Amino acid sequence: MPQTMPDIESRGYVHHEVLVSTDWVAAHLADTNVRIIESNEDALLYPSGHIPGAVEVDWASDLNDPVRRDYLASAGFSQLMARSGVKRDTMVVFYGDKNNWWACYAFWIFQLFGHTNAKVMDGGRLKWEKEGRPLARDVPSYPTTRYQAPERDDQKIRVFRDQVLEHMTAGRPMVDVRSPQEYSGERTHMPEYPQEGVLRGGHIPGARSVPWARAANPEDGTFKTADELRAIYQQEQGLKPTDDVVTYCRIGERSSLTWFVLTYLLGYSKVRNYDGSWTEWGNSVGLPIEK
Amino acid sequence: MTSSAETHGARPVWMRAGFASRADRAEATVSDVSPIPSLEALAEEFKGYDRGERTEMLIDYADRFVEVPPEVASRPFPETHRAPRCESDAFIWAVDQPDGSLKFHFAVENPQGLSAKAWAVIVDETMSGRPLEEIAGTSGEAIFRIFGSDLSMGKGQGLLGMLDLVQHEAKKRLAARRGAG
Repeated sequence: MPQTMPDIESRGYVHHEVLVSTDWVAAHLADTNVRIIESNEDALLYPSGHIPGAVEVDWASDLNDPVRRDYLASAGFSQLMARSGVKRDTMVVFYGDKNNWWACYAFWIFQLFGHTNAKVMDGGRLKWEKEGRPLARDVPSYPTTRYQAPERDDQKIRVFRDQVLEHMTAGRPMVDVRSPQEYSGERTHMPEYPQEGVLRGGHIPGARSVPWARAANPEDGTFKTADELRAIYQQEQGLKPTDDVVTYCRIGERSSLTWFVLTYLLGYSKVRNYDGSWTEWGNSVGLPIEK
Repeated sequence: MTSSAETHGARPVWMRAGFASRADRAEATVSDVSPIPSLEALAEEFKGYDRGERTEMLIDYADRFVEVPPEVASRPFPETHRAPRCESDAFIWAVDQPDGSLKFHFAVENPQGLSAKAWAVIVDETMSGRPLEEIAGTSGEAIFRIFGSDLSMGKGQGLLGMLDLVQHEAKKRLAARRGAG
């Protein structure tokens, strides 16, 4: 059973222990102290086949409050963990589609509830599939646990609109991880159709454009090495590990991957994810934008 | 594994069209199918499914996805055929048929883009061979009846983008006909 992951450890990450390899996961499928969690954008993927024993956490139906535009509260998170057979000290290992962006989103929300014994499977679903590893269609059932989550902490790694406005006014760094077309406000739809979802195109004034996918290797979904990541975020964009950084995208999912990269792989001390993101900022009365 | 959709009380569109199985329906040519099920009929059918049945049906559709044949297009696919807003990198081609209708072909570059593949098969099966006016007048609301109202905004936008491009092809030909007339 692999306990060390030389490939991941050799990449120079500040907190390499937050990643596990597909080999490691394959060796821990029956480990009762580990719960594998799949989180995808595409709701068809998990039922079409998943890592044996993995449970699904759906970003919309499981992690969001059904009424408020907010995440679930402590009681809801406790119930989710209980029915997933997760105890407070269970190691949760996330993986998913889109180079783990949804896995990182779920990871980020778990951190709002202080579930720090959490990892991400490097390469996500893409790497697992490419390696020809087994997929199962049966949905596992685990004994219900008693899980008492603390109140959600929205202060450390989450940021809200008015705080972002202050952050912008102070000239502190922000990373817009959407596509260059979204960042520039370019219309990407066909001319005869209205843009939906947001009233204005563009970005928060002062934000740097670093599309989220640049942090991953497209061929297998693994994260780039620390040197490659520093070349992007530090040499190219001028960020520093001591900076107070805000990341955002459209609803905070893609930017949670960049939050993960900056926080864990590069060891930045203060990175907060703005989950209101462009759907809130671009539609808000009185807020400035830049194209 | 038995598909729960196979045992559902409602008769699926392929069954109503006289086929013994979905595979038979998939292998049939447009002219074999009379009438070609409309998207509206399919959307109504999906309304009766619970979440599990809906999922099984959509996976079944995705499993039958066939990429655009090389005689129509080959990589690198031109950007003009890219569906707008689709994060699964869907590409669409419309081939004119002798009867004036269109046959739609698709490519989905994201291997994990199951919803895009399912939607491509649905669009092909319900719009290839249909009157252009019907295609042009199709409401994107059908997507949400088929995929469920909890479809994510990003995914919904991507599937609507695919429909946009299909409708654009139909509208383009209708406009040309009006111009010729």
